[in-house]
Amino acid sequence: MQLHTLTIHEAHEQLKKKALSSQELTQSFLKRIEEVEARVKAYITLTPEQALEDAKEADRMIARGEMTALTGIPLAIKDVICTKGIATTCASKILGKFVPFYDATIYRRLKTAGAVTLGKANMDEFAMGSSTENSSFGPTRNPWDLSTIPGGSSGGSAAAVAADECIASLGTDTGGSIRQPASCCGIVGLKPTYGRVSRFGLIAFGSSLDQIGPLTKDVRDAALMMNVIAGYDPKDTTSVNTGVPDYTAFLKDDLAGVTIGVPREYFVAGIEAEVDTAVREAIEALKDLGANAVEISLPHTDYALSVYYLIAPAEASSNLARYDGVKYGFRSSDKGDLLNMYKRSRSEGFGPEVKRRIMLGTYALSAGYYDAYYKKASQVRTLIKKDFEKAFQTCDVIVTPTAPTPAFRIGEKIADPLQMYNSDVFTIPVNLAGIPASSIPCGFSSAGLPIGLQIIGGHFSEGKIMQVAHAYEQQTGWHKKRPLL
Amino acid sequence: MKITRKEVEHIAHLSRLEFNEEEIGAFTEQLNSILTYFDKLQEIDTTAVEPTSHAIVVTNVFREDEVVVPSPREANLANAPDQEGYCFRVPKIIE
Repeated sequence: MQLHTLTIHEAHEQLKKKALSSQELTQSFLKRIEEVEARVKAYITLTPEQALEDAKEADRMIARGEMTALTGIPLAIKDVICTKGIATTCASKILGKFVPFYDATIYRRLKTAGAVTLGKANMDEFAMGSSTENSSFGPTRNPWDLSTIPGGSSGGSAAAVAADECIASLGTDTGGSIRQPASCCGIVGLKPTYGRVSRFGLIAFGSSLDQIGPLTKDVRDAALMMNVIAGYDPKDTTSVNTGVPDYTAFLKDDLAGVTIGVPREYFVAGIEAEVDTAVREAIEALKDLGANAVEISLPHTDYALSVYYLIAPAEASSNLARYDGVKYGFRSSDKGDLLNMYKRSRSEGFGPEVKRRIMLGTYALSAGYYDAYYKKASQVRTLIKKDFEKAFQTCDVIVTPTAPTPAFRIGEKIADPLQMYNSDVFTIPVNLAGIPASSIPCGFSSAGLPIGLQIIGGHFSEGKIMQVAHAYEQQTGWHKKRPLL
Repeated sequence: MKITRKEVEHIAHLSRLEFNEEEIGAFTEQLNSILTYFDKLQEIDTTAVEPTSHAIVVTNVFREDEVVVPSPREANLANAPDQEGYCFRVPKIIE
């Protein structure tokens, strides 16, 4: 048995039976990382010593009979989440040698549950990008084809799961950064409802949009991760104080009585033919499982990209003002007055895409342009949100492609920001509305690259999404395909 | 032209960033094409539409005013690029 190919629930069974120890399991991942990491480059920081120590503690928990679903499970954490005593870089030079002295709430929850930390996963700098090429540590490669991108911004988290360099990982999603890489890498990604998961200790990008979620090898694993990370946190006032169900209770094998909405605006010019075909076949498969499909309309879809690329950079320009070379991180060695120190430190510390978004956001918020750009975008955001509210009066979930194309080649879109932004055209509306959505594998292109199916639900309907995703996955088995590395 | 070279320089100053001549030129071009793309938003009449600033409506989050132990000064200063005597050290501010 190849231990690194196990899912969370499969490994859990072995650990529970004492057929396997967490130390053996963790060792097998460290060995796997040694074999493939030089090619994939999924991690920024590896923490093998920490991992073995966590595994030892997990084995003690198991021996004491204090086992949880995640006890002894080796995970990767996106490097935008604060981990006490472990460098947290956001893939940016500006954070320098930043080592947090506290844990993000969700990381603490995972540790308390007995999970094992293998390391911090690569990402686009400050989670800004769709390809993980904007990392100051260099790009991550897609395990299905090393010349293509793994998606972004949680590209390292997705590639690590697909390459069996961890069992599961945490990512973040501001405009598609969990779902689009999950789609590119042929795995399951879930972006929860805004407010479902605490963001205390998450380094902020777009505060009205950011959400943390799991990337896993199947839907059951996503449910198990959500059972631990979901819930109210008094330290995050945007987290919502509402009960957390056992998400595994939603995992059934049929879809009788479920209505799926198919929005006509998502099957348009610009979507690759193979993606279109795979998603239409998936809709047929859902119908075979007992679901009822209806055509719906989300009329403001075409405006979502513009709205997002005004709101997210505006929030980013404000959030990233804190990097001033004083409190933490990088300071330029260039001597001069205070203003010069700010400007030199920020100009040397941030990469080109981050600077572009700070500039765009500052412009959209500046005197004379606020009404024309930021306010206008926030008003259209209301209309996008209402489109979804109306749609969910006639259907339980909405299914769409996750991205218009499979993974593209490294370097292909990096010089053209608008082209790159277009990768997120189907994922962005979800963040603007604050609703949850998942991406699951639904086939492959003729070049052998994974294609993702997006399943969108209303606020706090993660369970319903996982029900549909699980039934489809069990029926089709796409999630069982693994890249040859 | 949505945004001029001079405006780009001003926005850079507000952003506390600096660029060389070539970068300013490239930014002017890129920001112009992005802002032109945003023009499509003007097609929509939003006269009576309230702006959304947060997707989930949460207002007035209160908590008890309790004394808690703050993080230690050493920890807060540990990541500073320059520090002295429990202070962040910065270049001279007052002339």
